[in-house]
Amino acid sequence: MMEEQRYVLELQHISKEYSGNPVLQDVSLTVKKGQIYALMGENGAGKSTLMNILFGMPVIHSTGGFTGTIKISGEEVNFLSPHDAMEAGIGMVHQEFMLIPGFTIAENIKVGREDTLPTLPSRVFGPDLERLNRPKMNADARVALDNIGLDISEETKVAGLPVGYMQFVEIAREIDKKNIKLLVFDEPTAVLTESEADQLLKVMQSLAAKGIAIIFITHRLSEVMQVADYMTVLRDGELVASKAIADTSAVEIAELMVGRAIEKLVDDDKNTKVSTEQNEVALSVKDLYVDMPGETARGVTFEVKSGEIFGIGGLAGQGKVGIPNGLMGMFSSHGDVEIFGEKLNFTKLGNALSKGLAFVSEDRRGVGLLLEESIAHNIMFGAMTTKRDYLSNFGITKLLSAGRMNRHAKDMIKLLDIRCVGGGQRVGALSGGNQQKVCLASALTMKPRILVVSEPTRGIDIGAKKLIMEYLAHLRQEEGLTIIMISSELAELRSICDRIAIVSDGKIEDILAPDASDAQFGLAMSAAAQNSEVS
Amino acid sequence: MERALGALKQGAKDFGLPRIIILAFFFILLLAAALVGMDIPWLISDVLLRWGMWGILVLAMVPSIRSGIGPNFGVAIGIAGGLLGALVSIELRYFGFLGTLDPDGITFGLVSISLAVLLALAFSSLLGILYGLLLNRVKGNEMIVSTYVGFSFVALFNILWLLLPFRSSTSIWPIAGQGLRTTINLVDDFGRVLNNLFRVEIGNFIIPTSLLLTVLLFCFVIWVFNKSRYGMVMTAAGSNPEYAKARGINVNRARIVGTTISTALAGVGIVMFSQGLGFLQLYNAPMWMGFSSVAAVLIGGATVKRAAIFNVLLGTLLFQGILTVALPVANELVPEGNLSEILRLIISNGIILYALSKARGGSK
Ligand SMILES: Nc1ncnc2c1ncn2[C@@H]1O[C@H](COP(=O)(O)OP(=O)(O)OP(=O)(O)O)[C@@H](O)[C@H]1O
Ligand SMILES: [Mg+2]
Repeated sequence: MMEEQRYVLELQHISKEYSGNPVLQDVSLTVKKGQIYALMGENGAGKSTLMNILFGMPVIHSTGGFTGTIKISGEEVNFLSPHDAMEAGIGMVHQEFMLIPGFTIAENIKVGREDTLPTLPSRVFGPDLERLNRPKMNADARVALDNIGLDISEETKVAGLPVGYMQFVEIAREIDKKNIKLLVFDEPTAVLTESEADQLLKVMQSLAAKGIAIIFITHRLSEVMQVADYMTVLRDGELVASKAIADTSAVEIAELMVGRAIEKLVDDDKNTKVSTEQNEVALSVKDLYVDMPGETARGVTFEVKSGEIFGIGGLAGQGKVGIPNGLMGMFSSHGDVEIFGEKLNFTKLGNALSKGLAFVSEDRRGVGLLLEESIAHNIMFGAMTTKRDYLSNFGITKLLSAGRMNRHAKDMIKLLDIRCVGGGQRVGALSGGNQQKVCLASALTMKPRILVVSEPTRGIDIGAKKLIMEYLAHLRQEEGLTIIMISSELAELRSICDRIAIVSDGKIEDILAPDASDAQFGLAMSAAAQNSEVS
Repeated sequence: MERALGALKQGAKDFGLPRIIILAFFFILLLAAALVGMDIPWLISDVLLRWGMWGILVLAMVPSIRSGIGPNFGVAIGIAGGLLGALVSIELRYFGFLGTLDPDGITFGLVSISLAVLLALAFSSLLGILYGLLLNRVKGNEMIVSTYVGFSFVALFNILWLLLPFRSSTSIWPIAGQGLRTTINLVDDFGRVLNNLFRVEIGNFIIPTSLLLTVLLFCFVIWVFNKSRYGMVMTAAGSNPEYAKARGINVNRARIVGTTISTALAGVGIVMFSQGLGFLQLYNAPMWMGFSSVAAVLIGGATVKRAAIFNVLLGTLLFQGILTVALPVANELVPEGNLSEILRLIISNGIILYALSKARGGSK
């Protein structure tokens, strides 16, 4: 009896199909109290699906349910909704954010569990008419935010917040719950920089020390090695290995995940650096101001040469994400920007696109995709609107050429290894990482002169990441494509970029070579903090 | 075998359980009608006729839903424009615009209805643009606003129908010498021309061929538009405005285009409806037509965010079919009172409520 109680969670023989395709087959695992349990696997391996099953998500029940049993603290449970799971003490930070945009951060943290004060009508008619205890809610939210070190007012509206912040709000919401036994983090660090991720890992460790069990899904091996006690690898819906971290190594895990060894993110022979110094200027940005909430750019200046891979890094909230969003006209901005010598007109919607700039947004579900449409439709859409590609004559007008669209989608699916049933599959039914690949495919289909990618490998597994990075390097080498890459992951930037700009406090703090020392990068990134300490 | 069964299952799922139930209900009603001894071929002919009469009004929902303003509860606006077009066409005929054409000939009828359609298109497009500009100012509340704007338009046009200086004796009250009649007989104009042109008659069973072809033609035009570049742009703007903005699409313009096409179709739709009926109905008649159109497209499987031509054709058939068959059957069973009107309201409002609640739950 006591023996069984040691396990907070037991999953036994879980299987799941989505309309006939098996995505999980006979997966069993057990998690102990206070354990940090890493769940690993390639994109589409079934990690999120397994967690959705655990959490009783509606998408599981509306697609025919699953087989197998779930036990919480030794007792069999059957959650029909996330609410049931929450009652049982399970919290989940989803891969795709589940925040209500019109609500403030505090309201989002407290949603469904509002603190209330009795009012006159509530005394008569019951607790539904109690009024919100806002001061208490805000104070609680503040504590949760401080716990994870998020320095933003709890009364800010969530709409328009940068994705990194949304991630922290999601986490704050979960740790604010009181009776939590088990917390699931589905790729919580994908949009965070290393130092932010570090902070989060510390939060996780302190939660585990309090006896909360944690399931941690991530593609970053270093994080697993750093904090996890135990790990399980899924491949194509099957469990391939379960091991204590002490008995394994990063290299072995990587091999288990993709079935082959991966040493370097970009192999040296795949990225022969060419000198671009003599080339013409592809993009020149002078004094760019972007009014993006939480990611304001305040006077950014830089130049990118044609054929260069230019990285932009920096901590979340410092403004690196504001730069591409401003260029694309997503937020009001001003400054002197020239694309291949032509002046960018900020007041004209889509002006950057028509000048040959293509953009992969960091917010793939909000900005990057039409979730209800097919993979093929998403891939061709940008090229169809801006270049009038994929249309064929039909009487006096031009209509979508389904044949060409599908053929091209097929090529892209192969090229980027998008794991799907076919080009006709709804993008909303893809795993997170595969959705990211569709975003990239769509941008590449526009045949841009400059490709701007914001967090291009967010939520992508190491095998696919290598594939994408090497493909970007290949595009630059063979086709002279200019690439601007905004990323929270310094290692990723350093593996491929010719130069890396570090944004701090809305400005470019420094532009460094990829082989500059860690100390130099660290210094540039924390410049804002230091400046404010001095003043 | 396994596979075929799986495919069948998937097919049934795509078609949707609610639609299967409604379809089954429709057939049960037909059976009941046969049992109480009603004339089935005649009933089915009536269903076909109403399908044709309502088709374009329901089609008007497609561009509005796709452009993101949701089901156009304000079709009354387009209907007002369409009625105005029809009235002007009557006026033109009265003052001899159709010249020496034989009033009983087929050319006369076709010219007359084309004229009405063109005028309806012109007036309702104009109103549609203004309506679109208005809806852009109330983003997020389109359904409520459009319902009330629709009602206000009915009221506004009630006044106009009394004041506008129409002269044709077909249209105005004969004794007062001014003010439009509540119902205007179209027998001298385009009443039933399309019902009758190439009509197929087998005993009591009648197919209004030209009317159905006209509906299909408009459906085809909208289908083509949906597959065109701007159609796809508009759909993207409707389903994800942020996505559209990042691709340089002017979302507000797409919404105006969608509203305008929707309103214009409503104008054409009322001309078709009136020709099928043989009368123009003014004043409060258009008040509830919006609800019926919305109900039809939703019953056909559209949601407040997605709609296709298929939803229009199926939904109109099911909705009008059930009303046409259910009411006489109900009257046969419970003869007293005006049960039919109550039943119609219950069915149409019930469907709207059901579909709206569904739309909320489904869109995560
Ligand atoms: N709603 C859905 N309908 C149909 N298939 C789905 C749905 N959601 C996921 N799938 C499929 O299930 C498989 C597993 O997806 P899942 O999201 O669990 O992957 P994952 O391991 O979380 O991957 P990632 O690392 O990319 O997030 C994928 O092949 C995906 O296409
Ligand atoms: Mg996932």
